[in-house]
Amino acid sequence: MSAVAAPALAIEARGIVKSFPGVLANDHVDFDLRRGEVHALLGENGAGKSTLMNILAGLYQPDAGEILIDGAAVTFGSPRDAIAAGLGMVHQHFTLVPSQTVTENVLLGLDRPRFLLHERRSEAEVAALATRFGMRVDPRARIWQLSVGEQQRVEILKMLYRGARILIMDEPTAVLAPQEALELFETLRSMTREGRSVVFISHKLGEVLAIADRVTVMRRGVVTAAGLPTAGATRADLARLMVGRSVLESLDRVAVTPGDVVLAVDGVRATNDRGLPALRDVSLDVRAGEIVGIAAVAGNGQSELAEVITGLRPCSGSVRIAGEAVANESAGTVIARGVAHIPEDRSTVGSAPNLSLTDNLIMKRYRDAPVARGWLMDEATARTIAARLKDAYAISAPSVDTQARLLSGGNLQRLILAREIETKPGLLIAVQPTRGLDVGAIESVHRLLLALRQNGTAILLISEELDEVLALSDRVDVLYEGRVVGTFPAADADVGRIGLLMTGGADEEAAS
Amino acid sequence: MSPVTIRLEPRIATPRWLSAAATVGAVAVALVISGAIIAFVGGDPVRSYLHILNASFGSIGVLSDTLVKATPLILTGLACALAFRMRLWNIGAEGQFLLGAWGASAVVLTGVVPAGAPAIIVLPLMMAAGMLAGAVWGVIPGILRARLGVNEIITTLMLNYVALFWIQFWVFGPWSESGFQQTKAFPREAWMPRLTDLSDVVPAFGGLTVHLGLVLGLVAAGIVWLILERSQWGYEIRLIGDSPRAARYAGIDIARNLIVVFAVSGALAGLAGMSEVSGSVHRLQDRISPGYGFTAIIIAYLAKFHPGRVVVAAILFGALILAGREIQPSGVPAMIQGIILFALIVSDTLVRYRVRVERRAPAAPATPEPAVPA
Repeated sequence: MSAVAAPALAIEARGIVKSFPGVLANDHVDFDLRRGEVHALLGENGAGKSTLMNILAGLYQPDAGEILIDGAAVTFGSPRDAIAAGLGMVHQHFTLVPSQTVTENVLLGLDRPRFLLHERRSEAEVAALATRFGMRVDPRARIWQLSVGEQQRVEILKMLYRGARILIMDEPTAVLAPQEALELFETLRSMTREGRSVVFISHKLGEVLAIADRVTVMRRGVVTAAGLPTAGATRADLARLMVGRSVLESLDRVAVTPGDVVLAVDGVRATNDRGLPALRDVSLDVRAGEIVGIAAVAGNGQSELAEVITGLRPCSGSVRIAGEAVANESAGTVIARGVAHIPEDRSTVGSAPNLSLTDNLIMKRYRDAPVARGWLMDEATARTIAARLKDAYAISAPSVDTQARLLSGGNLQRLILAREIETKPGLLIAVQPTRGLDVGAIESVHRLLLALRQNGTAILLISEELDEVLALSDRVDVLYEGRVVGTFPAADADVGRIGLLMTGGADEEAAS
Repeated sequence: MSPVTIRLEPRIATPRWLSAAATVGAVAVALVISGAIIAFVGGDPVRSYLHILNASFGSIGVLSDTLVKATPLILTGLACALAFRMRLWNIGAEGQFLLGAWGASAVVLTGVVPAGAPAIIVLPLMMAAGMLAGAVWGVIPGILRARLGVNEIITTLMLNYVALFWIQFWVFGPWSESGFQQTKAFPREAWMPRLTDLSDVVPAFGGLTVHLGLVLGLVAAGIVWLILERSQWGYEIRLIGDSPRAARYAGIDIARNLIVVFAVSGALAGLAGMSEVSGSVHRLQDRISPGYGFTAIIIAYLAKFHPGRVVVAAILFGALILAGREIQPSGVPAMIQGIILFALIVSDTLVRYRVRVERRAPAAPATPEPAVPA
């Protein structure tokens, strides 16, 4: 395709404008997608990427602008119109029926077959389609039996079966293990080899450079770089385009002499939601002014550990905060002991989606003066506090009455951080504090955590980003299958060794 | 394919006025639909409505009667609104009302207080007993939900029937007045004061049966408003209602709140029952409630769970119930109630979604690839 002077355009969007109350999500955005390319759409949370793609996929109507598919102007009233024009979108949250098979899900909503299902034939078709694009998936498996990566393949198959020649993938790797991501990239490449085109929404610089031919960068609703070839681009270039300033990648860690032990976990055992052992005899300490990182692959007990400490999950063993036993105490007791918690699930645990910013910001202090006045609450004071935090932590929202569900991911996380940090905690349990955030937001979270450490807060950092754990922590505990299998000072940690322990390599070592 | 499509698009933010306007609009639409049905069966909708209006607000006397009907609806409406705020579906206000009426009657009929004790002793005891009995009836599903996760819709609904049979047992059996399905009339000390009782002083009050229960209802509305809108407990109720997981994370004891909200909700409905036997009927009887506890659900919805609006909606429905006695056939007000509920549910959708009517553009000139892989 390099020989073609003006490559045929699969999508051409011109001057797209879309506003939501208080936000101009797309401000005269231009976007073009060539046939047979992977075009990455890069931007911070709330930059307008998903809005643009939802417009292209027929979910939203633009306020202004025009869309051409294969050179012809189109108006989509619904995703059905878009798919009829050969454009399909795979969302972050899947829309599959768990109790039905892969084939049934692929056929769901189609006009064909008219009445009777020809199961065998349909299964063969789905299997053939999967093989053609290098996707391993059993057409007879039921959705609930499949891993997240396999479910994503079913979503892709649904679109391909409907004849999609343009596939929009909304942050597809967010839910995938590294190996699954590589397989996805192979699939996408096999599709582009056939002349299909892919829009790849992401905010991970590394994978954009790895998979995309060109990249369009958005910031605050406008395009800052249109169709930049990735061949000559560097991570630093892209990061600058994305956040508008050069990203500080090296963190200023001031030496802090650790103080007394704030959190002491000793011999803790707990089960997960399915009643299976999640923590098996975990012991660890965190001192004042110290960040202890937990390095672990998802599902090795780190979520349960955070819940045990914060009083949300029963356990056996001992958990002490500043010397006081808190194991199996209520969450309220633990909060009263000065423990702040950045939960893994921001939208339903860390915030109440339909309540206002004010209500969400006072969640941890509504029982205390000055918000509390006897058994009543002082509305005016609550709003004043909320307005101050909104400004201080740069939570971007029309007002303190805005519902939390309307905030973007980064803004919601800033809200949670603002609330938790303002309690001046002695101990902070931070679970996945930067997951899903863009470069700029990640940096601001990191700064806040380090500032807290400098003020003498003990921090337990649980993150699946090993780089983040190593960059922020003083000490790293590796958790594998509910056990601490190694403790390292973060400064001169051997990444290879930690990686081996995280993936259970130590067991094999011991066995051999 | 039609050239115009109608689509529902979720609203990102709902303007404040819209929800109030939708409620008023829903009632208006319901009246129009009901009017059409009245006209269809050969009635004159305008005359019917005027008649209803006249029969419920036409004079100070009927207004007083409307308020008497509205009194139990205010209290049961508040009971539902409080529980619904926490997304606790207490469908059992009817049963809690009946138990409240029974508890208050028990004070009079079992000789707990010596005969001839003054009203200042008897009435507070009746209130306490009525609220306690209603609260107990509310706490049963509360505990079942909090400890065992039993769905409160089923338990509260079923307990309504248990309460009904409980009342029937007492009015047919131990408390029956010579075999009739009612107890003997309460002595005057067990009657809540009415305006007509003051007719010696103010002659204009003669015949006005509106009683102290209305004051109790208005005070209760004020207290519930204070709880829901201005108190820490109300904040907890709202937080649990929106996201139980966030509430747990914020250190709120959800099980305790479930039980306490059910107890207070039951006590309010129980107070309604007490007010009805003490203020209006002056005895316990089989059909003490024409379904106040069920109408309360509609009222709570109509009021969007707001205590102040519960009072307004309760008066509207009090008028409809009263008109039901006046207008023939009496099914008309019940039909209007039902249509109002339907219109409300539809209006709720319109509040949450934006309706877009748009002309269809010519379909995309794409040549769909054969879906079956080659």
